Amino acid sequence: MFNDFFNVVKLRFNGTADDEPAPLFKCPRCQNTSPLNRYEELHRVCPNCNYHGRLSATERIAITVDKDSFQELDADMISCDPINFPDYTEKQEELRESTGLKDAVITGTAYIRGIKTVIGVMDSRYMMASMGSVVGEKITRAFEYANENNLPVIMFTASGGARMQEGIVSLMQMAKTSGAIKLHNDAGGLYITVLTDPTTGGVTASFASLGDIIIAEPKILIGFAGRRVIESTMKQRLPEDFQLAEFMQEKGFVDMIVERKKLRSTLANLLSIHGYSEKEV
Amino acid sequence: MENNKTAWERLAIVHTKGRPTIRDYIPLIFTNFYEMHGDRHYGDDHAVMGGIARLNGTPVTVIAQVKGRNLNENKECNFAMPLPEGYRKALRLAKQAEKFHRPVICFIDTPGAHAGMEAEERGQGEAIAKNIAEFMTLRTPIISIVLGEAGSGGALALGVCDELAMLENAQYSVVSPRGFASILWKDASREQEACNIMQVTAEDMVRLGVAETIIEEPLGGAHNDLDKISENIKEYLSLKIQEKCQKDIDELLKERYTKFRKIGEFQE
Repeated sequence: MFNDFFNVVKLRFNGTADDEPAPLFKCPRCQNTSPLNRYEELHRVCPNCNYHGRLSATERIAITVDKDSFQELDADMISCDPINFPDYTEKQEELRESTGLKDAVITGTAYIRGIKTVIGVMDSRYMMASMGSVVGEKITRAFEYANENNLPVIMFTASGGARMQEGIVSLMQMAKTSGAIKLHNDAGGLYITVLTDPTTGGVTASFASLGDIIIAEPKILIGFAGRRVIESTMKQRLPEDFQLAEFMQEKGFVDMIVERKKLRSTLANLLSIHGYSEKEV
Repeated sequence: MENNKTAWERLAIVHTKGRPTIRDYIPLIFTNFYEMHGDRHYGDDHAVMGGIARLNGTPVTVIAQVKGRNLNENKECNFAMPLPEGYRKALRLAKQAEKFHRPVICFIDTPGAHAGMEAEERGQGEAIAKNIAEFMTLRTPIISIVLGEAGSGGALALGVCDELAMLENAQYSVVSPRGFASILWKDASREQEACNIMQVTAEDMVRLGVAETIIEEPLGGAHNDLDKISENIKEYLSLKIQEKCQKDIDELLKERYTKFRKIGEFQE
């Protein structure tokens, strides 16, 4: 959550320079504080309640793949403004500047314990990782690349859904990505989805739900329609755990819930079980 | 065709009481229509109907979202907002069409997929995703027509096709204009402004490569002459079904993939 950042900053500035207190992390879920470096060591997992904080795409890649093995695909692709939406171009320029990202997904090839795979990671700092032309095109190309080279694909999803500012063009990215996944699937390729916080809207209704194996991090949000939308339009009170990973697993839409510290080894084993093996780097 | 209307004015026509729905069109376009019910897993969703029929004698599968013509009908069909089992029924019938080499005709007419607890519990996202992926490689021709509103993934789940036609006043959008205003500006009352900037009209769809054809409506809208609009739809379908059925299926699938593959604007 964005709150992480503010909590950390606030606590830092509350300390005085003289006693140099260690920076603290206040968990947005359990409200307990712990040393920030401990939280970071655990790759942004709260040591008290196992809350899994959001990672940037670069951080996610760093803790998932073999050191220095990531090679980015389509690194320079940026979005245009297909429906001439007011301020969209400016907003993107600002975001590119502040996040260092070009858009909401990074794709590439990498090795996990020596096994080569195509990998895609969404980054919620960029317009809530909404799917517009660039996200759609990069994911589609990633699957096409995997298909041509007989590689598996691992997608870390996180998204608020379709990118409204690209109108109908963003909706069509659901068809484009799903089509490429279907061809990869029909050719026998393995596709593993790792759902991270939050995976919603048009991304849930396309590539996030099409994995051969669907993994989720604990307690993350997974859904098609948002909680607020459902509550306001349907006048329904929703249970506390509604749309959390555990709830969605109980309903039959998630294969396994895997803690962050076990993800890398789980992915390596799943690739290996499916016959993908170590190749010379 | 009437070229001087704003998107908002066209939306008003789509919302006019008496705008024909799929139940009006079926007897005027098809013969021997037999409706089929249920997804074989959970139940029968009334927001999606489907069945088999003949179009000029040729067997076809028809799948459609169902709007009501009055409040009671709308309660019955949930205002054309399908539940996951509606999409799964659609997929079942599409697969049946593939097996028996019948072309599929989809009629899209929905403000969006149902947003509710039961829809989430039964996998609304998964149901839509599955349809999109499976329709992409369905080995039989698919023609889709937007009759009124086509909103979000709930429309796209019947919208992966070889050709998409829009009725002249119909609209296709990433989310309803109201939802759009609410999400982007936190103010649903700006729906008119949203509607006019979102680029949702039939003409927009053709320009953006989403639709191929616009079917002309009678002056003032489809409700003014049901026979005429039905005739126009039938004429379009007769032409297209024949054209697509003559194509090599692998060629057709390649073209279907390319149709969607090329949508998007980016620089590198």
